[in-house]
Amino acid sequence: MTRSLRWLGAAALVGLPFVYTAPYPMHILIIILIWSFAYTSWSIMGRFGLVSLGHGGFMGIGAYVTALAWNYGHVSPWIGAPLGLLAGGLLAVVVAYPCFRFRIIGHYFALVTLALSGIVLQVITATRDYTGGSLGYTPERYKNGSSLYAVQFTGKTTWYLIALGVWALGLYIWHRVDRGMLRYALEAISEDEDGAAATGVHVTREKLKVTVLSAAMTALAGALYCQYQMFISPDTVSGIAVSLQMVFAVVVGGIYVPLGPTVGAVITIMLAEVLRVSFGTRAVGWDNLVYGILLVIFIIFLPKGILGSLLALRRARRGAAAGE
Amino acid sequence: MAIVDIFLLEALLNGVLLGGVLALLSLGLNLIFGVIDVVWICYAELIMLGMYGMYFLYTVYHAPIVAAAAVCIVAVAVLGVLLHVLVIAPLLGAAPINQLLATGGVLFFLQSAATVLFGIEFKNLGLRLPVLKVAGMFVSYSRLLAFAAALIGMVLVYLFLTRTYTGTAIRAIAQDRQIMPLMGVDSRRIYLITSALGGGLAGLAACLLVLQYDVHPFVGLSFGPITFLICVLGSLGNFVGGFVAAFVFAEIIALGGLYLDLEWGYVFAFAFFIVMMFVRPEGLMARRS
Repeated sequence: MTRSLRWLGAAALVGLPFVYTAPYPMHILIIILIWSFAYTSWSIMGRFGLVSLGHGGFMGIGAYVTALAWNYGHVSPWIGAPLGLLAGGLLAVVVAYPCFRFRIIGHYFALVTLALSGIVLQVITATRDYTGGSLGYTPERYKNGSSLYAVQFTGKTTWYLIALGVWALGLYIWHRVDRGMLRYALEAISEDEDGAAATGVHVTREKLKVTVLSAAMTALAGALYCQYQMFISPDTVSGIAVSLQMVFAVVVGGIYVPLGPTVGAVITIMLAEVLRVSFGTRAVGWDNLVYGILLVIFIIFLPKGILGSLLALRRARRGAAAGE
Repeated sequence: MAIVDIFLLEALLNGVLLGGVLALLSLGLNLIFGVIDVVWICYAELIMLGMYGMYFLYTVYHAPIVAAAAVCIVAVAVLGVLLHVLVIAPLLGAAPINQLLATGGVLFFLQSAATVLFGIEFKNLGLRLPVLKVAGMFVSYSRLLAFAAALIGMVLVYLFLTRTYTGTAIRAIAQDRQIMPLMGVDSRRIYLITSALGGGLAGLAACLLVLQYDVHPFVGLSFGPITFLICVLGSLGNFVGGFVAAFVFAEIIALGGLYLDLEWGYVFAFAFFIVMMFVRPEGLMARRS
């Protein structure tokens, strides 16, 4: 039943752009899919208590490396984006390895990674001669605008399918981690590092694995965002605000369930868009106002997030029904 | 050569003055962390509200500046208490990271509340304090004032913590959260007093910062992160460590700003922080056990 429902949902998502092509809703859907992927990337490590506030840095690296490689080196994003992933992964190793080695955990880890996203933001701003600084940066258009080589497409349908594919890849990786030994190792580590080490878990290596995976995925999200929007600025793809936004959307959606980050992205982006469309510029700030209150309420009353709590409720109902 | 030296001296001096303000900023946060074991991510946003309070009282309603400052300090102290009662108290038993995230929600709330209420324009007091010229170096009077007030504030807090009964109780709670309630200390009351004190220090910082910087809803992001890093570098909860770390950071920023750009100063400060975390994970002033 749920299995066939899942296939039906997937078919509907793939088929959607062939029956419905209004540009604005398509744009919102693409944005939601890209951010959902970024949030899923964060939650892959976040769900094990590895709360990173540095993911804005990884996303910024992915976006800027791809764009700079294209503009200055004339390197296709097919190579530029993997370079960005590599750079994000390397940065993750450089920062995370000593962290894990020296047992910097909990909010100390959060604050070290916060410094990381601060660094990336300031470096992008400081190298304004190359990156455009806080004014933002645009990858150059390739000839007539649509090209597989340059990964630039003018049609929204193509972008929708790409974003959908990457999003599905994110969910697939989430499931692979969920089903693999890595999950058991990391759960043991999040409960008790010494205990996990005593039972033969290589604490540093396992944590590093998931961090690099998560960082590289986030860098891919950055590259994707850059190629779709054709405009990046330090404030929209990098820095502390973006890092916080990732953490909070995941918490609101549900950190322990695969679709939680997606629900978080839908809620936060739709909230912002609905307020913007219905109130225009008078609504500036209102979305974050509601968002901030929601977040505090969620952490106090529903720490599992919206989707997580709904699923737990359903399971409890079923358990009660089965018990009778 | 002589000209370079005077610029260097000026940068060093300005670094010291900036260090005083940063030390004051980190003092309140350190106090909260040391006693309640919670990181107020929204600490800089409380300061932002205090700055708006100063702007409205002084520039719009023409209150005398000292009275405006007093009102602001009390108001932000009340905000600190409210933050504790409404957000932190229900989460005291939860995972530490949840408290950090909840105050992050407050950060979003305060930023956007300020955007909605006051708009995104930059506002300033319209008060021009003179620039002092000392031996060929330019020193901003407002920075000097901030530095002096920061020092006095820190001495007062130090005296309060070491010379009064309540202060002693606060330090005792910071040392051992479980035992002190058994010794007859009302931890709830101590938490409230600490929150008020932390808020009051944020209010004082607001009064001093508004003399130098324009206020806008996102001003907190420009000095909030650096404040957290200073507290962590100086070992969270360690006041002397925070004090030393503030001056180290300020000098790095000032010198980086002198030789390259201000952004590079921040980059070096952040990078220094990360490296120091690896060299001394417990912070600069950790006692070796």
